[in-house]
Amino acid sequence: MKTGIVVFPGTWSDRDCAYAVHDLLGEPARFVDHREQTLEDLDLVILPGGFSYGDYLRCGAIARFAPVMEAVQRFADRGGLVLGICNGFQVLQEARLLPGALLRNASCEFRCEWVNLRVEQTTSPFTRALRVGQVLRLPISHGEGNFYADPGTIEMLEASDRIVFRYATAQGRISDDANPNGSACNIAGICNARGNVLGLMPHPERACEALLGGSDGLLLFRSAIAALEGAAV
Amino acid sequence: MFRAECIVTLKRAINDPEGSTIRSALHALGFGQVDDVRAGKFLELTLDVDDRAQAQAMAEAMAAELLANSVIEDYRITLTQIEAPAGAGAT
Repeated sequence: MKTGIVVFPGTWSDRDCAYAVHDLLGEPARFVDHREQTLEDLDLVILPGGFSYGDYLRCGAIARFAPVMEAVQRFADRGGLVLGICNGFQVLQEARLLPGALLRNASCEFRCEWVNLRVEQTTSPFTRALRVGQVLRLPISHGEGNFYADPGTIEMLEASDRIVFRYATAQGRISDDANPNGSACNIAGICNARGNVLGLMPHPERACEALLGGSDGLLLFRSAIAALEGAAV
Repeated sequence: MFRAECIVTLKRAINDPEGSTIRSALHALGFGQVDDVRAGKFLELTLDVDDRAQAQAMAEAMAAELLANSVIEDYRITLTQIEAPAGAGAT
């Protein structure tokens, strides 16, 4: 199983993702330049956080047109695992690989803090090794993470079990107080219909060592790796 | 040539915290009559096109594909015919 980490101009979490996947979990990984047009050697593609193309126009709006995004689309279509973190989530929405959009935080503030996430479903390869209701502690770091979708889309996401993570209290209760950015229905992460494309605002790659405050982020990477290895047998 | 001015704003149904914050600041300045503020983006494009219909179609296509995100934003376009800058279109 091999991971590719896409690097756009302005991406900044690529090294952290490589550290988590390669250094900590010992899995092969390589950086993918935004001009690359094929991802055929890969099983998992990560679109990391950052400010691709300076977030000009809208977060992710320009990155969506990078040559690599056509390859990401094909990769997702053939069932490859795609993980969009923070700016990567914004890029996936701009590319229409995931529905909705991420608005400016309701507080208008950039929020950089640890949050609690409740796991809402475990059918996605990224959460298969978790359990429903489990609370993960991960950091967020964003100014535009306020999940929005029209009511019909949110209903569809609920009905098809595509809401993967919600902001919650440490006890797993969904409340306004636990919502750091005003996201509709406390949504922190969603997946596509097939489950192989996941986008989330929190940063699992920054929560991979006790020394840095927690290691719950590793659970997502481990889950994806296990799902891929299971699929390969 | 045409100048296309494109104004992009959040859809009415979507809360605009930036606009609300600006409104609060205006109230603090004493402009209490300000009922609503919508923040947005202004983009000015110069199009090397002579035909108005073509310029309109181009501007619409660009707004729909890139300048605005139809999930959350509306846009409006104003076209103005302009003189080509001196030296442009030399034979």
